Amino acid sequence: MKRRPLTIQRLVWFLLALLTLFTLTILFFIIGYITAKGVPTLTPEFLFGMPERMGKEGGILPTIVATIYLALLAIVIATPLGVGTAVYLTEYTRESALTRIIRFGADALAGVPSIIFGLFGFILFVIYLKMGWSILAGSLTLAVMILPTIIRTSEEAIRTVPYAYREVSYSLGGTKSQTILNVVLPNALPGILTGIILGLGRSVAETAAVIFTAGSSLRMPRSIFDPARTMAVHFYILAREGISMPRAYGTALLLIISILVINAFAYILLFRLTRRFR
Amino acid sequence: MREKLFEKILLLCALSAVTALFLIALFIFYEGLPLIFRIGPANFLFSSNWAPTRGHFGILPMIVGSLQVTVLALILGGTLGLACAMFLAEFAPRWSVRILKPLIELLAGIPSVVYGFIGVLVLVPLIRRTLGGPGFSVLAAGIILGIMILPTVIAISLDALNAVPLSYKEGSLAVGATRWQTLYRLTLPAAKSGIIASLILAMGRAIGETMAVIMVAGNALIIPKSPLEPVRTLTSNIALEMGYASGTHQEALFATGVVLFIIVALLNTFALLALRKKV
Repeated sequence: MKRRPLTIQRLVWFLLALLTLFTLTILFFIIGYITAKGVPTLTPEFLFGMPERMGKEGGILPTIVATIYLALLAIVIATPLGVGTAVYLTEYTRESALTRIIRFGADALAGVPSIIFGLFGFILFVIYLKMGWSILAGSLTLAVMILPTIIRTSEEAIRTVPYAYREVSYSLGGTKSQTILNVVLPNALPGILTGIILGLGRSVAETAAVIFTAGSSLRMPRSIFDPARTMAVHFYILAREGISMPRAYGTALLLIISILVINAFAYILLFRLTRRFR
Repeated sequence: MREKLFEKILLLCALSAVTALFLIALFIFYEGLPLIFRIGPANFLFSSNWAPTRGHFGILPMIVGSLQVTVLALILGGTLGLACAMFLAEFAPRWSVRILKPLIELLAGIPSVVYGFIGVLVLVPLIRRTLGGPGFSVLAAGIILGIMILPTVIAISLDALNAVPLSYKEGSLAVGATRWQTLYRLTLPAAKSGIIASLILAMGRAIGETMAVIMVAGNALIIPKSPLEPVRTLTSNIALEMGYASGTHQEALFATGVVLFIIVALLNTFALLALRKKV
């Protein structure tokens, strides 16, 4: 009787270990499965070739180009807004009604489903602002979507910069804007980059918000006003319409590799940042 | 002068997120609400007849479908995710947590279409063979969503469990409680609000997910009576028909968006409140 709590603990340990193992197995099965099936397709001809017959044959070069265009433009639009918000929240305000509203906006935006972003981008950018299905409309939509990520990570990064750094700048006669631009932001850069890179990863992975704003044209985009199909959208169409399974696997693998590499970069930067100030 | 201008520009940036949120709400409601009021909110919400080209706009099957799929996902993903978080927080060796936690967070980045693809290739045939039915079903969608929310549940619950002060645990262990008793009676209740927040956030993700669900749910316009029947969610309804909808049909899809927006807004408010209580 006296040993019962320990017996229970062993049982629970075993049960939890089993469930944890199960969870990890599922998650790694997904990566393993796509890798095993996708590797044979990932040839140079596939990566750098033009698609033929709606993607049934040929490569995926235009979708890679479109993904890069779209994600980079989204970052270019969202970064100044996000970092600006973070600087304003950390350097210029105390807790007030205004900062609460700004934070609420960012938090609430983070929870909006991507299909709602798609609807919004479609009606505002594609229809009302007459951009049509285009890289520009897609990037603006994605920029709104990744804004909260950039705000939050930048804010945290700026807070980790020790206050003494700012005092040194002021004591040398630096103004507030000089201090922010020359001292605070450079020192918060790794953390800010983390947010930007995470946003990049989300942009690359996104489907629902992109398909209704950037369209699904398979032609090589020539400018940001052209419609385009990203890798994620291409993969979705290949898989859903059963156009070409080997090419769907290949595209999925390339998609997963890009995102894992992008996110791994973000974590390494974050790790460096937390180590530096502790 | 320069300083004032700098601050003004930053303030403008800072208002971008709120403005965006406001614009999103404005446009979705502006496009969707008129139709809801024209046909009556009750007709829209509680009728099962969806034939938008013939003037029937009842989204009850989609509301029920979204809820069924989300609840199932929450039961599966919540149980597994919490078990995983508890194991990693209390029993797993430190070095393994340091490797596993970033790995699990990396998995959160896998595109939802990939989860859906795996569902179509592996899960749907499995359900069809072992349990019967078409395979494209509430069950398939629930399982795929359950897997998709795992990283969210694990990461946030683990943070909540780890945030419980060490002195609490030491006190409990010092009076002779086992690690499990400490976890169950002390750490879990202390981390309660963080765990609840993780579940609500996961719920928001599940109910808002689109592409993965379209691929495995079957999308039939019925109220499913068993988990093996196909189902259409609010999100899939929008994404499936957006490509060719126009006129009132398109308005009806925005109206579906209004309902989705309201549900998600409520969930997020609860999550924020739960997280704020944490301290």
